[in-house]
Amino acid sequence: MQNTIQVIGLKKSYRDLHVLKGVDLEVARGSIFALLGSNGAGKTTVVKILTTLLQQDSGTATVNGFDVVLQPSQVRQSISLTGQFAAVDDILTGRENIVMIARLRHIKHPHQVADDLLRRLGLTAAANRRAATYSGGMRRRLDIAMSLVGESPVIFLDEPTTGLDPEARIEVWNIIKELAASGTTVFLTTQYLEEAEQLANQIAILHEAGLS
Amino acid sequence: METIQSRIHLFKDMSVMLGRSMRHVSRSIDTIITVTIMPIAMMLLFVYVLGGAIQAGTDNYVDYLLPGILLIAVANSVGYTSFRLFTDVQRGIFERFNSMPVARSAALWGHVLTSLLSNVISLLVIILVALIMGFRPTAGILSWLAVLGILMLFTLALTWIAAIAGLAAKTVDGASVIAYPIHFLPLISSAFVPTASMPSGVRAFAENQPVTPIVEAVRALLFSKPVGSDIWVALAWCIAIMVVAYVFAMIVYKRKA
Repeated sequence: MQNTIQVIGLKKSYRDLHVLKGVDLEVARGSIFALLGSNGAGKTTVVKILTTLLQQDSGTATVNGFDVVLQPSQVRQSISLTGQFAAVDDILTGRENIVMIARLRHIKHPHQVADDLLRRLGLTAAANRRAATYSGGMRRRLDIAMSLVGESPVIFLDEPTTGLDPEARIEVWNIIKELAASGTTVFLTTQYLEEAEQLANQIAILHEAGLS
Repeated sequence: METIQSRIHLFKDMSVMLGRSMRHVSRSIDTIITVTIMPIAMMLLFVYVLGGAIQAGTDNYVDYLLPGILLIAVANSVGYTSFRLFTDVQRGIFERFNSMPVARSAALWGHVLTSLLSNVISLLVIILVALIMGFRPTAGILSWLAVLGILMLFTLALTWIAAIAGLAAKTVDGASVIAYPIHFLPLISSAFVPTASMPSGVRAFAENQPVTPIVEAVRALLFSKPVGSDIWVALAWCIAIMVVAYVFAMIVYKRKA
């Protein structure tokens, strides 16, 4: 079976700081993969390389069969990223945020897509409020909703539950489980072993710049 | 075929970005006050309070003052462009766009076009108020187009400077600090009074900085007077600043986003 994400010998340094010293990993299609590590272990660096935001010093990485360095636009067609800090537009309403992403993905009927996602993530009542008025949990759900636009086969979630209260965390967990059940490959990072165990089929621990 | 398609996508993406940040402008009372209301208040103050005592050589002082007020309005807007760009970088919005199949330059150009469009709208409002105050230009359609062209070039030049600040800044204060020196230029120029009345040192500065030739060229165009060398000096300043700032902004953008 072909792996959705394949990483071999990934290295990345910032000047003298060796963040990644040769990371290898494989993620099977339709599974939930958790990358566990403490702050500064390099989790976000791995995510940035896999989502074409950053280039590695050496090693190769493919996502959905495309090389992140050689075929970045095909990779971007295949993925959605929910970054470490909820990247929602505060000035826009929840609905406007989703419609904006749908337009940028050149999807037909962006308003229809927005209504469906708002309903699915329980944001219908708040749809016409500016995102600035949302609670932490609602912002995260809107953030994830924006990543679900276009039904990308691979979704990256960088610390999706950091800073959320226990109730909001469970909501996000349920969303992630539903995603994987529908066949999406989920790559998530977390600081919590408990979260990784709850969700993931496969766990890797990133520490001392390598995997164990 | 593929290039035509990607060009269509680029325009579509840019229009989405433009629509988005135009909403940022229209939903920010603060921006509208600083960029449109403040220059109008200044125009009222200078014409109706101070104008009687200012010898500028025109029957109605508003005829002399308007070009300077227009440049002040543009200068007031650049801090907001920096701020909007800074917020997008800081909040990870650019990161989200860059991980999507969206043309890389669309996000940045969205901000630049927003600056242009919002300034054109605000300048039209200010000109309308000036007309109510008795501003009576004699310019024909071609001269008006030339005025519009110069003002848009000036806006672009300042916008690209603002882009450098917004992209490179580490704090929000750093992003908008660029606005202060730019605010000063219209004050020490021929925007309010002719430079001939200034002491020699100040006069030398006023006559050799970009705002004075731009103000003079716009004023000459509005009142069908010979533009002389001012228009060429004005264009040279605008284009030179724009090109240099654009190059630096692109370098910072490629490194940052």
